[in-house]
Formats: sequence, C-alpha cells, structure tokens
Amino acid sequence: MSRAGRWLRAGLPQLAVLILALIANGLIAPNFFTLTVQDGRLFGGLVDVVNRGAPTALLGLGMALVIATRGIDLSVGAVMAIAGAVAAVAVNDGLAWPLALALALGAGLACGLWNGVLIAVLGIQPIVATLILMVAGRGVAQLITAGRIVTFDEPHLLWLGGGSVLGLPVAAVVALTALAVFLVATRRTALGLFIEAVGVNPRASRLAGIDTRGVLLCVYAASGLLAATAGVIAAADIRAADANNAGLWLELDAILAVVIGGGLLYGGRFSLSLALIGALALQTIKTGILRAGFPPEFNLIVMAAVVAGVLCLQSPAFAELVRRMRLRRSGAGS
Amino acid sequence: MTAGAPLLLLEARGVGKTYPGVRALDGVDLCVRAGEIHALLGENGAGKSTLIGVLTGVIAKDGGQVLVDGVEIHPRNPAEARAAGLSAVYQEANLLPNLTVAENLYLGRQPTRFGLIRRRTMNDAARALLAGYGLDIDVTRTLDSYSTAVRQVVAIARAVDLSAKVLILDEPTASLDAEETAMLFTVVRGLAARGLAVIFVTHFLDQVFALCDRLTVLRNGRQVGERTVADLAPLDLVALMLGKPLTASHLIRKRATTPGGVVARFTGLGRKRLVAPFDLELRQGEIVGAAGLLGSGRTETALLMFGAERADSGQVEVDGKTVKLRGPRDAIALGFGLLPEDRKADGVVGALSVRDNIVLALQARAGWTKPLPRRKQDELAARYIALLDIRTPDADKPIEQLSGGNQQKALLARWLATEPRLLILDEPTRGVDVGAHAEIVRLIEALCEQGLALYVISSELEEVAAYADRVLVMRERRAVGLVEGEAISPGALMAAIAGTAGEVAA
Amino acid sequence: MIASRNLPLLATLLVFVVGYALCVAQFPTMLSPRVLGDLLTDNAVLGVLAVGMAFVVISGGIDLSVGAVMGLTTVFVAVAVTRLGLHPLVAFALALMLGAAFGALVGAVIHYLQAPAFIVTLTAMFMARGLSFLLTTQAVPIDHPLYAKLMSLSLQLPGGGGLGIVALIMLLTFLAGGILLHATRFGAEVFAIGGDRRAAALMGAPVARATVLTYALSSFMAALAGVVMSLYTRAGYPLTGVGVELDAIAAVVIGGALLSGGVGTMFGALLGVLIQGLILSYINFDGTLSSWWTKIVIGALLFAFIGLQKALLTLPSLRSQTP
Repeated sequence: MSRAGRWLRAGLPQLAVLILALIANGLIAPNFFTLTVQDGRLFGGLVDVVNRGAPTALLGLGMALVIATRGIDLSVGAVMAIAGAVAAVAVNDGLAWPLALALALGAGLACGLWNGVLIAVLGIQPIVATLILMVAGRGVAQLITAGRIVTFDEPHLLWLGGGSVLGLPVAAVVALTALAVFLVATRRTALGLFIEAVGVNPRASRLAGIDTRGVLLCVYAASGLLAATAGVIAAADIRAADANNAGLWLELDAILAVVIGGGLLYGGRFSLSLALIGALALQTIKTGILRAGFPPEFNLIVMAAVVAGVLCLQSPAFAELVRRMRLRRSGAGS
Repeated sequence: MTAGAPLLLLEARGVGKTYPGVRALDGVDLCVRAGEIHALLGENGAGKSTLIGVLTGVIAKDGGQVLVDGVEIHPRNPAEARAAGLSAVYQEANLLPNLTVAENLYLGRQPTRFGLIRRRTMNDAARALLAGYGLDIDVTRTLDSYSTAVRQVVAIARAVDLSAKVLILDEPTASLDAEETAMLFTVVRGLAARGLAVIFVTHFLDQVFALCDRLTVLRNGRQVGERTVADLAPLDLVALMLGKPLTASHLIRKRATTPGGVVARFTGLGRKRLVAPFDLELRQGEIVGAAGLLGSGRTETALLMFGAERADSGQVEVDGKTVKLRGPRDAIALGFGLLPEDRKADGVVGALSVRDNIVLALQARAGWTKPLPRRKQDELAARYIALLDIRTPDADKPIEQLSGGNQQKALLARWLATEPRLLILDEPTRGVDVGAHAEIVRLIEALCEQGLALYVISSELEEVAAYADRVLVMRERRAVGLVEGEAISPGALMAAIAGTAGEVAA
Repeated sequence: MIASRNLPLLATLLVFVVGYALCVAQFPTMLSPRVLGDLLTDNAVLGVLAVGMAFVVISGGIDLSVGAVMGLTTVFVAVAVTRLGLHPLVAFALALMLGAAFGALVGAVIHYLQAPAFIVTLTAMFMARGLSFLLTTQAVPIDHPLYAKLMSLSLQLPGGGGLGIVALIMLLTFLAGGILLHATRFGAEVFAIGGDRRAAALMGAPVARATVLTYALSSFMAALAGVVMSLYTRAGYPLTGVGVELDAIAAVVIGGALLSGGVGTMFGALLGVLIQGLILSYINFDGTLSSWWTKIVIGALLFAFIGLQKALLTLPSLRSQTP
C-alpha cells in the first residue's frame, strides 16, 4: 500500500467527522459554503472555520508530539497568555515588531524548555510538571501586562491576526506553514521515528541508542514554541493581550484535537496532519452549534460527548472486548 | 503428625496449562507435607510462575487437581486461594510501602469501634504478632522505612495470620544479604515447626541445601524430579535443572577461525549490589559464553559492558584505548550491540513496524538530522528479512504481531545493520521455537566466522559448550571462573556453576 | 528523629507559621480574630473542595471537574429555589445527592474503562459546565429568608469577629474528612490504592468500590462547596469556580500530598488552603501588590514542594547505593 493510501485509511474516520460536520454546517446555514471576495480577501463560513481554528490547530500540533511521547502539556493556554503579553508590552515599549515577535516566541520556547527539563531531566510526571506552569503561567502573564488588558496597534503584528495572504487569513497560513515545517522536521528527519519509539517503549529506545532526554526536551520545546505562536495570533486577533482570558481552556481543545485526530493517549504513532484535521473538525462542530442557534456553552456538552466516545474506543478494556469478539468470530470461522 | 504417613498438606496432581502455542505446564505434580520446607526449582520459563499462579488462583488451570489438606480447591483469585489456606509472598513482598507496618498487617480487617479504626488495639496486636517472629520494630512507622527482609517477614506474618496452611515464598532472598537471609531462614524454620507447609522458590542452590527438606524441579513445563535434599549432590541438582546428562556432549566443536585481535578489554568492571568486579577480554572471531543460573549476575555483566548500567569500578579499553561508557549511546558509537534478555520490555518497540525496528539503532547512531533515505531503509529491511528469514508478510507489519522467534531475529537485524564489532547476546534463544532456535545458533557461528566478537549469555549449556571458545562462569553475582578451549564441556560448566569443580575432576 | 515522610507536612507548617509571622510583623492587625475569621470564611469554598481533592489525590487520581460541579450546584440550587419554588434545604439535599451520583459515575468510568483520570474528569468538567449553562447563562439571585437566617448564624470569637456558618461548615468538613481519611477502613483503602493499586488488589482491598467512592466523595464535596458558595454569594452563576480545581490541587500538594498518590494528610490540605488564603490577605492588606502574585507564589510553592518530594524519593535510594 502506498504511503498516501495508508494515511487516507488511517485518517478516514477523522475526515469523515470533518466532512459530516461541514455538511451539517451547510444544512444549518445554507450560505456556509459561499465564498466571497472583498478587498482581495476571502470571506465565508469555511474561511471563518479555518481562521478561528488556527490557534487550536497550532496547539494541537505541539500536543500531538507531546502525547506521542506518552506525555501531556497542560501549560499551553498559560504559555499563550505569556506570549501575547510579551508581544503586546514589547511593541508598546517601542520595540521593533520583529524583535517583539522574537521575544514572544522566545518566551514560549523558554516555557517549553522549562517543562522539558522538569520532565526529561528531573523525571517529574508530565501532568504534574506542566501543572506548575499552568498555575503560575497566567500569573506571570498578568505580571507582564500589570494586570491590564494591553491593547496595541502595531500594524505588522495586527496583520498576523487579521491580515491575509493570497486571500487566505494569515492565521490559517501560519498554521499550515507550521504543519509543513513540523512535518519536515519530523518526517524528513529521524525525529518522528525517535518520538514514536520513545512513546512506545522508552527503555528499548534508550538501549537502541536514542537520546530519550533530548527527544523529550525537543517535543516540549516545540509545544511551547507553537503555543507562543498561537498566543501572538490570538492577541493580534483581538488587538490586545488579555492575560486572564487568552488561551483559557485551549489546552483542553488542543488535547481534544489530538484525540479526535486519532492520537493515542498511550503514546506511539502520531499524525500531525490528522491532529490539524481534528482541530478543524472541532472548530467546525463549534461553529455549527453557534449557527444552529444554540448557546455557545452547548459546545461543552458536545465536546464532552465526543471525548467520552473516543475515550471508550481507546480504552484498553474496550480493546480487550474487541479482541475477544474477533477471537470468537475467527474461532467460529475456522 | 504421625511418623509413618506424613500428612500431605498440598497435593497438586497432573496440573496442566496451555497458552496459544505453548504448553506452559504439562501434567505437573507437586506434593508438600506438613512441617516441610519444599524447594521449587527451575530455570526461567520452566513453569514455576505459572504453577504458582495456578495455586494462588491468578491463572486458571486447564487440567489436573489441587488439594489442600485433602480438599480439592478451585480458587479464582488470590482471595479465594487464601480462604482455602494457600498464600504466596513474593520477592517484592506485595505490600504497601506507604502504609504503616500495622496497617499492612491488618488492611481490610482493622479492629474498629463505631466504624473507627482502633489504632492502639491494632498496633498492639501487630507488635504481638511480629514478636512471634522475633521482630521487634516500631509498627507505627511506614513499611518503606524498613529493609526488604523486614518487609518479607511482615508479608509472611500477614499471610500466616490470614490462616495459611500452605505458604509459597517466591524468591524471598533474591535481594537480601547474608545476615538478612539467616534471619529469614529462622522465620521459615519456625513456620515449618508450627506444621505449615512451606514452598520455597529460589535460584540459590546453596540455600536449598541449607534450608529445605525436599525439592521439586520443573523444566520446560514438566516436573522432572522430586527428591529429598539430603540424598542429592549439588551437581546432580544442576543436571536435573539444566536437563543434560553430564557426559553426553555429542556436538563436535568446529573451529573455523582462530581468534584475532582484542576488540574490547574490561578490567575490574563492576557495580556494588549488581555484580562484583570482573575481567574479560573479547577478541575478533571469538565467542565468549557466559554461564550461570538465573540471578547469578550473568545479565548484569552484559548491562555493564553495554553501559546500560553505570559501572562504579573498573575500566574499558577498546582498541587499546581507554574509553568511557556513560550510556548505551557511547557503547553503540564504539560498535557494540546488545540483544537484551527481556525482549518485550527492553527490545522491541511494539507498535512500530518491522522496518522501523530494524533501522532503529543505525538511525539512532546516525543522529536525527541524518535520516536514512526511505530506499535505504527498505533495502536494509528487505536484506535482513531475507538473510535471517524473518517471517513477516511485509516490512510494514507492527513487530508486536510477529512470533517471538521472528521478533528476536528482527532485533538481531537491528544490531547487524549497525555493523557492530562486538555483539552481546543475552539468552538469544529463549522463548523462540525450535526452528528459529537452530537458525539463531547457526547465525551466531556465522557471525563469529565473519570476525565479530561475541559475548553470549545462555542457560543452554550444551549450546554454549558447542560454540564458545571461552566461558565465563557466574555464581552469586560474581565471576567464579573462566573455562577455556578443550576444557569446555556441558559437564565441566555444570560443575563450575554448581561450585563443585573438584568432584568432577575426581 | 523526623521521618522523611513527614518532612513535606512540616515544611508546609513552617511556611504557614513563618508566612503568618512575617505578615503580622508588617501588619500587626492581621493577628486579630476578625482577620482570622475572614481567612476561614473567604477560603471556605476552597477548603471544602480541598477535602474532596485530598481523597482523590491520595488515591493516586486527579479530579478536574470539581469547579464545574460546584458551579452547576450554585445554578441548580438557584433555579430550584427561584423557579421551582423548592425549599432551599430540599434543593441542597438534592444537589448533594446528584453530586455524589455524578462522581460515582466518573469513578466507575475511570475504574472500569481503565481511562486516565484527568481525561475522564476533564470530560466531566465540560459536561457539568455545559449543563449549568443549559440551566441559565445569567446569574440567578436567590432571595430566600433561610439564606439571611443561615448567614446571620455565627460563633462569636473572643476579641470581636466571629465564625460564620460558611467557615463552620468548612471546619466541620475538614474534621469529618480527617476522620474518614485517617481513622476508617475506607481511608486506609484510599491510601492503599494510591500506594500501589495492584498490591492493594492482591491484598484483597476492594479497589473498584474505593475508586468509585473516592470520586463520589470528591463530587459530593464539590456540590457542598457549591452550596456554601450559594450561601456566600446568594446567587447561582454558571461561571462560578472556573479554575478553582487547580487551586484545590495546589492546596493539597502544598499540604504535603504526593500527586502520584499514597501520601498526604487532611491537616496538610487545610494548611495548603490557609497558605493560599494568607497570600491573598497579605496582598489585600498591602494594597499595592496585585492579585496575580498569588498565582506566581502558588506556582513557586507547587514547584518547591514537588521538587522536595522528588528529592526525598530519590535521595534514600542514592544513599542505599553507597552504603
């Protein structure tokens, strides 16, 4: 089977979910698929989904890598808030926008490395280690913004949130670029193999000569960097850094995106593109709920139901059940 | 107890257990009398754990019967076995280190009043109970503040207090020092004197002779002997366990190559509590075997040589230069490879494909920035699948779906792909079927002829004797001898393992 | 000699005493019974949550749903009293029962599906938040004479100030929780499954029952916290308690509990709550400091205590290797 064919087969349920959600949206709002061009920029339901889903997609990419190593990163929401705060305060202090952007991304990278050191070097469980930054990170972000909502109007930064490239929203382009970059970084190098090996069997990986610590540091650093990117985009989108609400609960969305994308919570094989599709599906479902006139809070229940379903499918107990049923069937057949 | 007919407290007859493709227990008998300490012996995979599992209700047997005190029992879980009077205490004691000694003794049956635990009553009872075992400790401290020996005694006390008639001690002395072992022996003798039947599982033969009255030996899922310890010589016991008659060495040693230069020299390599310092030289085109019983430190020598465990003494020379082994990565950079003993835990990366598993070590050595081109990966996989006859529909199949023998061959391929100079093989033929077994042995010989240095740990003495140029003999976590050249025979190795070289010579 | 196991608890006590002393040195009025009473009252909700969380964490789990369950309870009580006209006491009883049932379901899923606790409780969190939004998206004020009566109850303290019903509920909860955790068979089972689930099962502990009960208890406490919150704010609001689960986890960990399970005390959890309260009161007294310092200090304390525990776990093994 060709590589693309395998990917398609593995990703069929995710694609199906996305397409069904899109169709549902189309039924709810007949103009959902209509694309219009205004000022050289595309508008429409699809564009909306892609634009709004971009931060979750970025976080989902990082989370997919982290979960592949059997870890979890609870701090991404807080890191988003920190990065947004750094960028806003930096440009308002008169720094050039590239410098402000670099500082914001650097802050995210530093947060990721901090998590990585706690996990890879000190050997603290991922959920515990990232909990620390989840709690303290938002405080740090508020410290940077001095507790205020810091508005900014640096055009280049704002372009990240509201601009467009070739008619597409910049946020979506950034997310796709990140996907491309990380696809290359993991699949055109041996990193992807190492990440999967460490997630499946860390002991065997170490004995085969893989630098397991380095791999863990890498994935948490990547998660921090991607979270920072999402944070800058989210801040640019609302033209302000809101340390309290930026990225609030987005870590959960990111985990959901990975889970919907078929990522196993028990480590191992991962797919960045499916995580992205998971994020888009999630956003489509959310958009559909809004368009159907339900209160936005209804999202929570639907998301809970989706996770509960996936959880059941992934649980070892369920796998055992399936195995037994198969065994019985093959037993009857032979 | 009447002297004429010793009371059989445990009577297991014809116990069988089959797993898909494996006959784990094949009509095994085990009879233990009241007041007796009975050793249960056998190498890894002989069926000891399965038998204990059946007795304690963890594993369902599919044949035979088990009688305790003359009554047939069918335990479905440890609790039911315990209720029938049969308890097991494991090496790791299976207690809760975070609870106090008293809580461990009385978990689930704490004395209460109005639903509240009467702590003082419980602690007094615990103190009195342990005093019966000669243990005077603070029972209000958590269990993890005490040594393994104390934990063992607490576990035994709990099991016996829960009305055990038959007590299984599964390798209780594996991590005890001499003094602690002596203390445990006193406790065990006390239990026997109180009329309990004690089943003592160990791989320390000297302890069998020091403590036990009778013994039962399992091999490949069968019971191969039940003896009275006093009538048995150590050498006969080793022969019984390893299953080869002493003189029968039918294999003719063929030596195609003469050993070349020294690849690696280990001097005084050791680590406290793991293995005593040992010296070893490995040459091109030479196979050095390592023989010893389970727990003799044979695996630990491999781990130290590969840097998987950091040595705290000794040095390593490769090509005459002193090198540092800070971890497996260093060893692999030097051209070492290690096929680990526990294939599942330390070897295969289960969910990944056969191809990924084969290229893993080579890729790890190349680094993440230099990915092997897909074509090269396919080539390597195809070459080794053909060369080693790995039975898999294609290289994309997850390795966990292959049989044990094919997994082992894929792991061998992983190391061969790195074109190593020194290959360390720990029990390369364990748990593989007969066909794969022969192929792996042939492969070992072929690799040696190609000039590799090999270090092969095996409990198949016949095999080791056939292909090894020198054999390092391990006993009680130290190297006790090096048997060389013509002196190598299964019998000689057995004698060296049993520590009775003199008797053989005589 | 001090057992190393008690070291985190002692460190917590030390942090609290020294912290309080420093506060008093700077603002002598912080020693007054009124401030002490306020400390208890203002942190009552967190305290009640921490009692439940202590059980969960010691059992080796985590419960991210408590804030949402608490929010749902405030809304449920408000809607039941104002729209359905139920007596508040009836509404309280119903809320507590529903809370316990919800938690039992969560515990059953965790145990029988062998699913990671944080994902299951995360789902439960979404579910509970979503349900409260379905009931109302607005704040629903409660205007019932019982509320005024209950809130007027207080235990007078010598030297002015008093312990209101809210603070009393918290203290009673801690007392009951402490007894349940440290003096009953159920408590011992919670420690047992947190220490080593497999060994506990081999020793015959009812692992399934203990897991289900632990999460039921946690949710029950969350519902109780919702009742307390409802008394305290006299309203039901679906966004009540967003993020409070993290504060509760932090309180329990700062109180010396091990997030990997098996270790912890109820007294430590109380101290953890009080330390968080102390930081807040200090910031209030100071007036110039901002509230976000709370999060940073709590994060730092979390790190310090997790680090301390890690060190305590690894040091003995290092020592034993070099006898």
